[in-house]
Amino acid sequence: MKDSLKRSHEPVFWLLFGAGGMLAALAGAMLVFLLAFGVPAGLLPAGALSYASMHALATHVLGKGALFAVVALFFWHAVHRIFHSLHDIGIHATLRARLLVYGSAAAGTLVAAWALLALGF
Amino acid sequence: MKPQTKTVAVLRYRPEQDTEPFWQEYEVPFADDTSVLAALNYIKDELDGTLSFRWSCRQAICGSCGFMIAGKPRLACKSFLREFPGKVTVEALAHFPIERDLVVVMDDFIAKIERVKPWLMPREERSPDAGEYRQTPQEMSLYEQFAGCINCGLCYAACPQVGLNPDFLGPAAIALLHRYNLDSRDGGSEARKQLINAEVGVFNCTAVGYCSAVCPKMVDPANAVNVNKMNSARDYFFRFLPRPGNKGDCQ
Repeated sequence: MKDSLKRSHEPVFWLLFGAGGMLAALAGAMLVFLLAFGVPAGLLPAGALSYASMHALATHVLGKGALFAVVALFFWHAVHRIFHSLHDIGIHATLRARLLVYGSAAAGTLVAAWALLALGF
Repeated sequence: MKPQTKTVAVLRYRPEQDTEPFWQEYEVPFADDTSVLAALNYIKDELDGTLSFRWSCRQAICGSCGFMIAGKPRLACKSFLREFPGKVTVEALAHFPIERDLVVVMDDFIAKIERVKPWLMPREERSPDAGEYRQTPQEMSLYEQFAGCINCGLCYAACPQVGLNPDFLGPAAIALLHRYNLDSRDGGSEARKQLINAEVGVFNCTAVGYCSAVCPKMVDPANAVNVNKMNSARDYFFRFLPRPGNKGDCQ
């Protein structure tokens, strides 16, 4: 066993993973239902997902916040899970793997932020 | 009446003559109350005196007879031949180096247990005249479950992360650390913090939970690990904030 007691920086990624997991558990299934079944199958009014209402959601400050949280945290949750699953099947963490998985979540977060801000308020 | 028998296949390894472990089968007479440990003792006494394994109490107290039985980490004294249809396989605990036959090298495991400082570091020093350190039943119930560990090592054989990273502190050591941190008489949390927050600490765990499933003493190491992940995360972000002093300290 190693003697080094270097502090782990995992809490940063673990908390983002946890927040994304919590949000996915609360909102994920409903989002899939609304987007993939509810409106396309005609169970809900077609106007619910119209461009105008979605645009209104994405330009409202609260809507922006919700969309940002869902996109960014789902990203962080997914990459953390993928990263640890790769470890489980024998592909171990190198700095490059770390940069690739967490970098893609960071990129997704930045793109989501940029897109939401570019839409204006 | 001729007693019924069962085939017990044991993974043998004698370092002075074998280049690698091999399976050896024995026919063992058994009844409903024949434990795997009793079967191993029968083999040792009646069939093959060269078989080596650790055992002592026969009642799930000493934690010596942990083996992979039918592929799962179990105590031989708490497993019965009747539970296994067909052949029973017995191997040394996974993730531990084999010393000989079913005997594994426990040194690294013991070193990990020692590293968590598993003893009471009194919150306040008292002289014997001041009487005992008292504790209410409620205070005891917080940690009692974690004090049940018998150091059998089954959770280390169960934990996939221990298998992938031998440096990981592991379930039993973290459960024991948690047991002392939760004790109302103990003031050693700060001294144990660096280890739990370290790269060898809690965050190696991926919440598989098999450690708690195999524990023969109903300890829940997975819970101890999860609670300490949150404690560790809190410490990571709030470590720069001023800390409230202990009750009664000069402000």
